[in-house]
Amino acid sequence: MAQMTYRDAVRRALIEEMERDERVFIMGEEVGVWGGTFAVTRGMYDMFGEKRVRDTPISELVIAGAAVGAAMNGLRPVAEIMTFNFALLSLDAMINHAAKVRYMFGGQFECPMVLRTTSGWGQLSATHSQTFENYVAHVPGLKVIMPGTPADAYGLLKAAIRDPDPVIFIEHTHLYRVRGEVPDEEFLLPIGQSNIKREGRDVTIVAYSRMLHEALKAADELAKEGIECEVVDIPTLRPLDLRPVVQSFKKTYRAVLATEQWLGYGVDAEIAAQIYEHAFDYLDAPIKRVTAPPVPLPYNKHLELAAMPDKEDIKRAVLEVLR
Amino acid sequence: MTEYVALDAQTKSLAFDHRELGLSDDDVRRMYELMLLGRRFDERCEILQRQGKAHFHISGQGQEAAQIGAALAFIPGKDWFHPYYRDLALLLAIGVPPRELMLGWFARANDPASGGRQMPAHWGYRPLNVVTASSPVSTQIPQAAGIAYAHKLRGEDAVTYVSFGEGGASKGDFHEGLNFAAIHKVPVIFVCMNNGYAISVSANKQMAIENVADRAAGYGMPGVVVDGQDMLAVYKVMKEAVDRARRGEGPTLVECKTVRLKAHSSDDDDRLYRSREEIQRLRAEKDPLVRARAYLLEQGLADDAWFEEIEKKIMEIVNDATDWAEAQPLPRPEDAMKHVYWDR
Ligand SMILES: Cc1ncc(C[n+]2csc(CCOP(=O)(O)OP(=O)(O)O)c2C)c(N)n1
Ligand SMILES: [Mg+2]
Repeated sequence: MAQMTYRDAVRRALIEEMERDERVFIMGEEVGVWGGTFAVTRGMYDMFGEKRVRDTPISELVIAGAAVGAAMNGLRPVAEIMTFNFALLSLDAMINHAAKVRYMFGGQFECPMVLRTTSGWGQLSATHSQTFENYVAHVPGLKVIMPGTPADAYGLLKAAIRDPDPVIFIEHTHLYRVRGEVPDEEFLLPIGQSNIKREGRDVTIVAYSRMLHEALKAADELAKEGIECEVVDIPTLRPLDLRPVVQSFKKTYRAVLATEQWLGYGVDAEIAAQIYEHAFDYLDAPIKRVTAPPVPLPYNKHLELAAMPDKEDIKRAVLEVLR
Repeated sequence: MTEYVALDAQTKSLAFDHRELGLSDDDVRRMYELMLLGRRFDERCEILQRQGKAHFHISGQGQEAAQIGAALAFIPGKDWFHPYYRDLALLLAIGVPPRELMLGWFARANDPASGGRQMPAHWGYRPLNVVTASSPVSTQIPQAAGIAYAHKLRGEDAVTYVSFGEGGASKGDFHEGLNFAAIHKVPVIFVCMNNGYAISVSANKQMAIENVADRAAGYGMPGVVVDGQDMLAVYKVMKEAVDRARRGEGPTLVECKTVRLKAHSSDDDDRLYRSREEIQRLRAEKDPLVRARAYLLEQGLADDAWFEEIEKKIMEIVNDATDWAEAQPLPRPEDAMKHVYWDR
């Protein structure tokens, strides 16, 4: 078992899938010689050549739109959009086309593409720091993955590339350097499976992507005070597997939902609604959400940190639901 | 269809005589001064970023002549500006005070653009109608068409400047913005700063044609390609375009062939995709300051003593702006929530 960074895990998945299947190709801005905005495709231009690692113009709509077309015509595009902020410009292709190809053709065509993009922040200000996983997780026909660990990034990206439906795969810029165990032998992980990452009996914390790590840190610290949190990761947001969450909740009777999203109409609202639907009788305290406040993320470091949730916010929320 | 200006003037100085363009000797000296201010200010911001005092830097070095030539063709206070991130020298030239510009780099509470909310180089300055841009490139283009549309509807003769890179011209925003502006004949000047690169991607991977401005014909507006390293040639072209827009004759697409002397931004290492020889060649042959200096000397408008004096004066301005801005207060964390909505 090798320790590997999240970045290397994503790269390994891409390389293996390209070696396995010559229909797989990468396109996006700066993915070639430069090796991608976050250096994920570094070296791949030399390995696979321009034909399969293709720099595009700054045209987010055509990156996604051409991927839809190429996927319908038998290829397996992995399109890269630097950040979700720019992927907004691809949404028509993803929502009005990729998501509907199969349905609007009565199943005769399919769109097996992956759109890789990032979430993240760090003094990049309001229009550079957003993520809209809830926008796309809302759309029937799309699958949405937001892995939190290197092993999940690896196994889920491979599954996404092989999946017959369009997948939006959102990496987090803060996680690229995070290390984790990734088995040496090849493996795939099932899309649409949530996992318990830490067991506990007192409170269920649901999180994904960067907030998974904040949740685990919060749980470690609370354990020192005798509070045992169960941390459930939901690396696939659509289709959402809420069984582990509901099961955990039936044990703890309390839940904290932690996301980087703004408060209001977020992924957390869906999770809370499902807990109410499936485990209402187990409720011992109102479900608590940890989110970013509903404000465009400011540039200044002090303002920014004031507006981004972290483990301290999670700890406070856990103590509140236990009160 | 496209007009090509001063592109193959085999000169180490400038292609036009300033007097023929209606500029006085003082005007030309002032242009040089502003270019130098842009350069030294930019270099300072680069240092601040390295020192960890500013989080981010993106450089306009190499593009100053195009910015100054453009700036002087507009009427500050009346006209509107929707600049892009390399336009520092343009902002200084239209009169944004250096101290206030510096506040943005330090993200101070009294930063006039946004009180520290907006990223550096996303310029905004309400008193001079400078509109802050969002980070997705070229989104300013349709907005500039709308600003000019409003001027036209109200019967005002203000003109709007909007700039973007040649990479940004690959976006749908470019097409949609220019098409709209041409149909409605609105007073806006689209300025493409073609420096040959979009981060690492060279212009020939952005488009299959040589000039962005050749597309103007397809929209039904004049297109001009000009040597962007020649401040007077740019001024000439921009003046004609601005005058035309002010007379109600509609938009123009101006492409300035220019260079990027630095890496894309403080997040980029351009050694990955361009040789050091290339940069040395650009510095030797394309630095707009070198060309302007040669012109001033050739025309007898300045001597070495003058250049020395100006250099000193500019450094004083840059030092003053830095020291003053750094001493200003930081925004308060509780103010992060302010200005999301109207609130009395
Ligand atoms: C829509 C969008 N896609 C990608 C980016 C990332 N990005 C920032 S600047 C840049 C290159 C722009 O090149 P160009 O337009 O030629 O301007 P230059 O930086 O060369 O002046 C890119 C790709 C972005 N800001 N917005
Ligand atoms: Mg460029």
